[in-house]
Amino acid sequence: MSRPGPTRIERRFARLREEGRAGLVVYLIAGDPDPDTSLALFQGLAEAGADLVEIGMPFSDPMADGPAIQAAGQRALKRGMNLRRTLAMVRRLRERDADTPYVVMGYYNPIYRYGVEAFARDAVAAGIDGAIVVDLPPEEDEELAEPARRAGLDIVRLATPTSDEARLPAIVGRASGFLYYVAITGITGTRSADSASIDDAVARLRRFSQLPIAVGFGIRTPAQAASVAKAADAAVVGSALVERLALNLDPEGHAKPGLVDAVLADIRALAAGVRTARLI
Amino acid sequence: MTYRGFKAGADWRITVRGIMQTPNSFRGGPDPRGHFGIYGGRYVAETLMPLVLSVEAAYGAAKDDPDFHAQLAYYLEHYVGRPSPLYFAERLTRHFGGAKIYFKRDELNHTGAHKINNVMGQILLARRMGKRRIIAETGAGQHGVATATACALFDLPCVVYMGATDIERQKPNVFRMKLLGAEVVPVHSGTATLKDAMNDALRDWVAHVDDTFYVIGTVAGPHPYPAMVRDFQSIIGRETREQMIKAEGRLPDTLVACIGGGSNAMGLFHPFLDEPSVAMIGVEAGGHGIDTGFHAASLNGGQPGVLHGNRTYLLQDEDGQIDDAHSISAGLDYPGIGPEHAWLHDLGRVQYVAITDREALDAFQLCSRQEGIIPALEPAHALAHVGKIAPDLPRDHLLVMNLCGRGDKDIFAVADHLGVQL
Ligand SMILES: Cc1ncc(COP(=O)(O)O)c(C=O)c1O
Repeated sequence: MSRPGPTRIERRFARLREEGRAGLVVYLIAGDPDPDTSLALFQGLAEAGADLVEIGMPFSDPMADGPAIQAAGQRALKRGMNLRRTLAMVRRLRERDADTPYVVMGYYNPIYRYGVEAFARDAVAAGIDGAIVVDLPPEEDEELAEPARRAGLDIVRLATPTSDEARLPAIVGRASGFLYYVAITGITGTRSADSASIDDAVARLRRFSQLPIAVGFGIRTPAQAASVAKAADAAVVGSALVERLALNLDPEGHAKPGLVDAVLADIRALAAGVRTARLI
Repeated sequence: MTYRGFKAGADWRITVRGIMQTPNSFRGGPDPRGHFGIYGGRYVAETLMPLVLSVEAAYGAAKDDPDFHAQLAYYLEHYVGRPSPLYFAERLTRHFGGAKIYFKRDELNHTGAHKINNVMGQILLARRMGKRRIIAETGAGQHGVATATACALFDLPCVVYMGATDIERQKPNVFRMKLLGAEVVPVHSGTATLKDAMNDALRDWVAHVDDTFYVIGTVAGPHPYPAMVRDFQSIIGRETREQMIKAEGRLPDTLVACIGGGSNAMGLFHPFLDEPSVAMIGVEAGGHGIDTGFHAASLNGGQPGVLHGNRTYLLQDEDGQIDDAHSISAGLDYPGIGPEHAWLHDLGRVQYVAITDREALDAFQLCSRQEGIIPALEPAHALAHVGKIAPDLPRDHLLVMNLCGRGDKDIFAVADHLGVQL
């Protein structure tokens, strides 16, 4: 059924445990602001300190995303990005980096149109390790999860502040890879959760699952990332980086020369924050 | 008897995705997980799942509670003004010279459309659930006005999301909502129409899960909404049945209704689905014409996909990106359709056709002059199709068209299209 031996995701979290620290997960949208700049950005992430990479698949109607990621998806779509090209981009990333786990994140309709069997097969062939599908709750995800299991693609499930003890078993039941804790009730890029409630939630999740736990939504600064990294196995940063990217566009929406360096500089600072966390 | 491709008493055993299906009933859906065949379901962010499940549980309990039904019946009678008449449209019948045409006059409801039938049900449910804040999406503004109205009545704060494009073409309804005390939030994302308003309403809901009830305006969204909205709108079909039997001593032969998300159509059709003698036609918005690509006809010009909480037919490109819908009518300008319609379409139980902007505009004017009723642009689409089929039908053929909204909201937009300066 699944690939022999530990997966890239398992190996990465094992190494983080050995290093005694949490990881930094970086989220950017494939093709934002244009395919070439996006490729250069993704190619720089691991060196800048990203331990795991989430690759946003642009969608016309991203219902769980705030203005920053909505705009990023629109920019990517306008420049011709689609699911096929996202997979092609990951193939190129894999040529240079055999170890960093890549997890695609997005909405179900493009995957459904692509075909769930073909998607699972082509994603794994491209070097993708997992998928997070925001609008596919456990009640509906079997039609993707089943071919994904056969292909060896992890389906990462989301837990939220509204996931109570009655609901958690359904969420963690067939989860694989890691659990993604959405720290706020809200869309991306809007507000931040306080660290006490994140600590409580992570502790609660640990009672239900052995899987590593990544926490995202509302983490913007190195200090916030460091704070999350004390309790969780990884901190996810997305909107703040997408906003940094957007600040480096000219009025026509084209990348200014310093864009890649500016975003990677933020990632270095976040990575430093995460790396100090458990040493305090 | 056969006319324009529809076979009355047709054999409905058909093959859907390789499986021969013969449903015992067309009224049995959805299954416990909210599926109509492969359509429907609950495709929402995990944050919303507990909430969606709680709406389902609360609606299940309300459905079995005679007090809930009594309350709803009270408001429908004394506040909305039901039952709405089933009116014999004598002049139009003569004009077309064929089928006997009846209008189900839901445009006479308080607030001017069928939308309030559903809103009253959902607001009473929200109160039962102890929710203190109401949100809604709106296209033409009719659902927004109905929601703002019920919120004024029950003293609940109300936020209505409306595409900036629609705000521009439905100004009277925007002002109405504000008079009623609602906050109207312009939506600029995407195409700034109904689908984007629904996206933003869902985003609001995710951020206010504790106190907020989302009143969805059509038979779409995650389960239980498609079934719940259908149940609340089915009063249209139940009344029609009784009224037609009283007027003519038998069931109607053909039902015609326009389709945006499909709530007025489902409300009219559902009580008749298991009557083999009753033919049903849903009329989609054909915009500039299906082959131009500028239309809002999800069944006639779309493919199955997943959006706004359910699987259904959608206007989309081959990458699964949702295409813009185009219709003269803001209320039909939606790239999807309720999942139960998708299912009935695949089964062949209901026929779905499309009418262009131009044809609807002509029907709008025809109805005004012939019957003294200015219809909304949405049912003008239904009437345009009636005009196509009625002349070929026998004089004893009983045809009911859902006149689901009045045209006051549309007169400025129509004047614009006709090149008239007001
Ligand atoms: C008068 C009227 N008819 C029809 C519709 C379309 O909705 P549905 O297909 O759910 O009835 C609307 C929507 O705004 C409307 O205002």
